[in-house]
Amino acid sequence: MKVLVPVKRVIDYNVKIRVKPDGSGVETQNVKMSMNPFDEISIEEAVRMKEKGVAEEVIAVSMGPQQCQETLRTALAMGADRGIHVKTDDVLEPLAVAKMLKAIAEKEQPQMIIVGKQAIDDDCNQTGQMTAALLGWSQATFASVIELGEGTAKVTREIDGGLETVDIKLPAVVTSDLRLNEPRYASLPNIMKAKKKPIEEMDPASLGVDTTPRVKTLKVSEPPKRQGGVKVESVQELVSKLVNEAKVI
Amino acid sequence: MAARHPIYDADSETIREQIRRFCAREIEPHAEAWEEEGIFPRELYAKAGAAGILGLGFPEEYGGAGGGITYYCLVREELARTGFAGVRVGLMGLGIALPPILKLGSEEMKRRIAPEVLSGEKISALAISEPEGGSDVANLRTTARREGDEYIVNGEKTFISSGVRADYMTVAVRTGGPGMAGISLLVVEGDRPGISRTNLKKSGWWTSDTGHIHFDDVRVPASNLLGEENGGFKGIMNNFNLERLGIAASLIGSSRCCYEEAVRYAHERRTFGKLLAEHQVVRHKLVDMATGIQAMEGMLDNLVWRVTGGETCIAEIAMLKSFCGATHERIASEAVQIFGGAGIIRGHKVERIFRESKILSIGGGSSEVMKDLASRHLGWSA
Repeated sequence: MKVLVPVKRVIDYNVKIRVKPDGSGVETQNVKMSMNPFDEISIEEAVRMKEKGVAEEVIAVSMGPQQCQETLRTALAMGADRGIHVKTDDVLEPLAVAKMLKAIAEKEQPQMIIVGKQAIDDDCNQTGQMTAALLGWSQATFASVIELGEGTAKVTREIDGGLETVDIKLPAVVTSDLRLNEPRYASLPNIMKAKKKPIEEMDPASLGVDTTPRVKTLKVSEPPKRQGGVKVESVQELVSKLVNEAKVI
Repeated sequence: MAARHPIYDADSETIREQIRRFCAREIEPHAEAWEEEGIFPRELYAKAGAAGILGLGFPEEYGGAGGGITYYCLVREELARTGFAGVRVGLMGLGIALPPILKLGSEEMKRRIAPEVLSGEKISALAISEPEGGSDVANLRTTARREGDEYIVNGEKTFISSGVRADYMTVAVRTGGPGMAGISLLVVEGDRPGISRTNLKKSGWWTSDTGHIHFDDVRVPASNLLGEENGGFKGIMNNFNLERLGIAASLIGSSRCCYEEAVRYAHERRTFGKLLAEHQVVRHKLVDMATGIQAMEGMLDNLVWRVTGGETCIAEIAMLKSFCGATHERIASEAVQIFGGAGIIRGHKVERIFRESKILSIGGGSSEVMKDLASRHLGWSA
């Protein structure tokens, strides 16, 4: 079977995010970008399926500006077989991404799409669910274990207070959670091999999707600066502050 | 973001990033405990092998990851940047033990030994120094006497990094008469009868074992000889050159660790009502540290470029090594000074780096030996 994995180019998790002075968004110029960590986990899972012989082909998809090809190359270096780049400089919302994933899925006919449960930039946690709904496929979100059967999959989900195991029919959309696996390192020989793997370029129009945003960002602002704490001398003083100042007891 | 020198490109920076990820995940969280307990988890070899880190700078056909000298130095710099030199040395002994095997060994030996060392299954060490002398290779005393299809090795080696746990030792032995024309390189497996090894207690690098090794009538197949009999001296000298580039890279990484720790601390610690970093005297110290790092990087990158282009650069590499040793000593010392009392408390990286900062002004050729070597290769003589 084929496995499709969308990979998003996001600001690296180590970077301290800065808000643009005009409040229109966050600064992305001259900022280190990397693959969304949940998408790395998705690629790892798909590549492991291939190594176990249960998947034949792993296709990585990225949507966005030219530099998304770097993110795709990382996915290819980790073991994906080929890439698809939907090139656009427009802002993409989850619904537009889901519509484009649907169009690509209809063409490529994968049995599974493994989507990161959320991207660490906008934290939407919507794309996987929307894609499944638009395709009319099964969905299993926040996966920590995926076991493939014959035309089915058993997925362990991390939910509040425990684990839930669901059986789903393929084709399906699965979203990956942090504990699904530990992604491998891209080695130098694999980075070199990845250069020879094909990346197909397309644009939203060729997929018949209108990406015009439906949400308008009014203002982006920094969270309020944390105020310094105070040291109390005694338990009595602490209790009195909790009662009279913080009014929490 | 532009790389610091044209020898680096997008691929090298991706690999740098991968090594940093490896360090953050596999080394940083545990190394303080390993260091204090003086243990090295053997599985780290396999992890580093699987991640393609051990093989950087070694040819792919023998299980390496490719990449040449640029990558050989890059991986050492990044491992050193964690501040845990003991882990780096414990892990990367193959960097000096394996090149002679790949340069001089038989095809059979290369195919047998290199892949299992580069995958992290087996550990290799280079054994040159003896109680009577290290850099004075021409006068070494350990002998290998040919008897039929075997060599019989007698003598002792000391200060051998990973010498206690090594599965393979690349050993310098005397097979002929006195002087440099009687020296050979021989691979000796660690489990051969007649070998006894002791771990030496050191002032630092506690994660890495440092062995004193006795060879008492150790029988080794003659096919373990690297290159020509009595022709080992040149191979040892060439290998020293590579080792010294790697040491310079490590000293740069370690210096950067000191600098970053000092910058961080100077922005946390307040004295006399302001941050350390707001005191001009401290800012100047930090700039001096950064200047030293910039100078070392410039020298190293330029020499990596020249050596990659086919030059030998004996004097230049010797000068690089002694310069980096001294600069790193100064940077480590200044980092401790900025930390003040905290800098001599165990658990701070700068405390350990300072304590260990003498090691690489001695190991791999002392600064004095380096300058002497340079003086003999600079085109004038006295």
